[in-house]
Amino acid sequence: MSASAMSPAVRPTTPNAATPKKVKHHYGTHAFLIAICAIWVLPVVWAVYTALRPFGDTANNPRGYFSVGGAYNLDNFFKAWQDAELLQHFVNTLIVAIPAIILILFFASMIAFAVSRYSFRFNIALLMLFTAGNLLPQQVVITPLFRMYLALPMVKPLSDNGIWYDQFFGLIMIHLAFQLGFCTFVLSNYFKQVPREINEAAVVDGASVWRTYWSVLLPLARPALAALATLEFTWIYNDFFWGILLMRTGDKLPVTSALNNLSGQFFTDYNLLAAGSIIVALPTLIVYLALQKQFVAGLTLGSTKG
Amino acid sequence: MTQPVSTSTPSASAGGVLAPSSPAKRRRSRRKFSVLTRRDRFTLLFMVGLPAFIHIGLIWVPTIASVVLSFTKWNGIGGLEKIQWVGLQNYSQLATIYQPFWPAVQHNFIWLGTFLFIATPLGMLIAVILDTNIRGSRIYQSVLYMPVVLSLAIVGFIWTLMYRPDMGFINNLLVAITGNQSFIKSGTAIDWLGDHNLNLWAVLVAAGWRHVGYIMVLYLAGLKSVDNTLREAASIDGANARQTFFRVIFPVLAPINVVILVVTVIESLRAFDIVYIINKGLNGLELLSVLITVNIVGESSRVGFGSAIAVVLLLISIGPIIFYLYRTMREQPE
Repeated sequence: MSASAMSPAVRPTTPNAATPKKVKHHYGTHAFLIAICAIWVLPVVWAVYTALRPFGDTANNPRGYFSVGGAYNLDNFFKAWQDAELLQHFVNTLIVAIPAIILILFFASMIAFAVSRYSFRFNIALLMLFTAGNLLPQQVVITPLFRMYLALPMVKPLSDNGIWYDQFFGLIMIHLAFQLGFCTFVLSNYFKQVPREINEAAVVDGASVWRTYWSVLLPLARPALAALATLEFTWIYNDFFWGILLMRTGDKLPVTSALNNLSGQFFTDYNLLAAGSIIVALPTLIVYLALQKQFVAGLTLGSTKG
Repeated sequence: MTQPVSTSTPSASAGGVLAPSSPAKRRRSRRKFSVLTRRDRFTLLFMVGLPAFIHIGLIWVPTIASVVLSFTKWNGIGGLEKIQWVGLQNYSQLATIYQPFWPAVQHNFIWLGTFLFIATPLGMLIAVILDTNIRGSRIYQSVLYMPVVLSLAIVGFIWTLMYRPDMGFINNLLVAITGNQSFIKSGTAIDWLGDHNLNLWAVLVAAGWRHVGYIMVLYLAGLKSVDNTLREAASIDGANARQTFFRVIFPVLAPINVVILVVTVIESLRAFDIVYIINKGLNGLELLSVLITVNIVGESSRVGFGSAIAVVLLLISIGPIIFYLYRTMREQPE
């Protein structure tokens, strides 16, 4: 464990240090935080360690998975990638996530613009409906939704079996419907902070409503849109429920839902399970590490404004 | 802003093409903001109508349909005309002869209680500590938030590696500490995920691992928004850290406390992926969400029955949702 993080005399010297009384507790606090963080990284470190070792080394060692030594290589990762056809499932995830994110942000920004810049009688009711819809557990709607997906017709390029069920189109639509609530809520709060004079200036210049939205307010919302896109990517990538219920063809499953079918295959080989988990976890971890700011901003835009 | 707005062509209807019957409306809308042309009204109708149509059609129509179908019997085969009204039969069967129901309700409440009284307070505590500008705060935050970006299905996989009786980390650690091989021998090893008295708690540790970071980030954002002069004033008045938090900061953060409460409740009710990936939600891991799912998938789906369980879930979640809406909308300026 890094002793440097515990270095003494870490008294914050910022002039406005909010809580000077914390100073005397520093050692205990750091010990507590380091202990918690150690527990937090342990499962991931353990998975990586196991994934790096060949099955034979661990299975035949008397100390089992707690042993050290033997070979360390990436074989399990290659094998998991191949056996589970992960590439195919990653592509499926992108086929669903990219159109879904674009549509979510487009539709959410439209409705957020309309309700935050113009006064309708139903403004608040509409916002409430969207927010409540976003909070509903998915399982509340799934029974009728499943039947609807079997019955609703859809034309050829969007559906090869003529219905919504077992189609990328269907998955995109349910993500759109569900995520609209959160994004609308966040964006309408964002738009409300933009001074009204900006609208008025646009109107004086003869801009239509659409023009005001598309060329004036939408560009202003770029930071919020970036934050929401990051967040939505993670949420859609991590979706498990819609994928296993609204898709049937194994080859068309997005990667997280595909884990359900892979579990039987992986559970016999523990090291392979570890490698597969790491591979599937990697994209969201990379997005998180690269775009941490956007990520946290998106979440907190939705909460602190509430 | 890149595009000069002034270049936009004035909309065709800008002048006299306003709907003849609109002077009254026109006056009203001018008072608020501006004159809307007919085309602008159509645009707004489209901007609101299309998203609302999709949202209502795919979320609220099925929600209402769930309620209606819960009073019926239908196996999903054949058209809607095959639906039979059975009144409250589904609910009475649920309460009396459907064995997994009460365990599932109990597990959902245990889940909620554990999150509410252990995971959420831990996340809040860590947020309060990290808010004190402690050195390395950013690193601690990054580490603790990391599980939140993982799906619960992956969390289930990763924790399976910890819990496996023969090869998992925990049992092997027990062997390393005690030197007693029986901890990993089949028969004597603790089967954390297989033992139906233990597995719910084991899963809650894994789910809590993810939940704590989520709450931490939300609460930290709230704490950062608190005016520092409040803390200074409290400290000048001689308040200690605990008093400052409970008497000053916590009450000021009422809106964020509501968010945290609702997030905790909803996440507990939605829990599904992690138990489904571990053992399909059987043998000690039954949850309402799982029961709904098993009743609609497969050949002999019981649509009415599954809907009745969904309505139970809806009734449990509607309270917190309304509470949240009430608190949130009350603070809206309009």
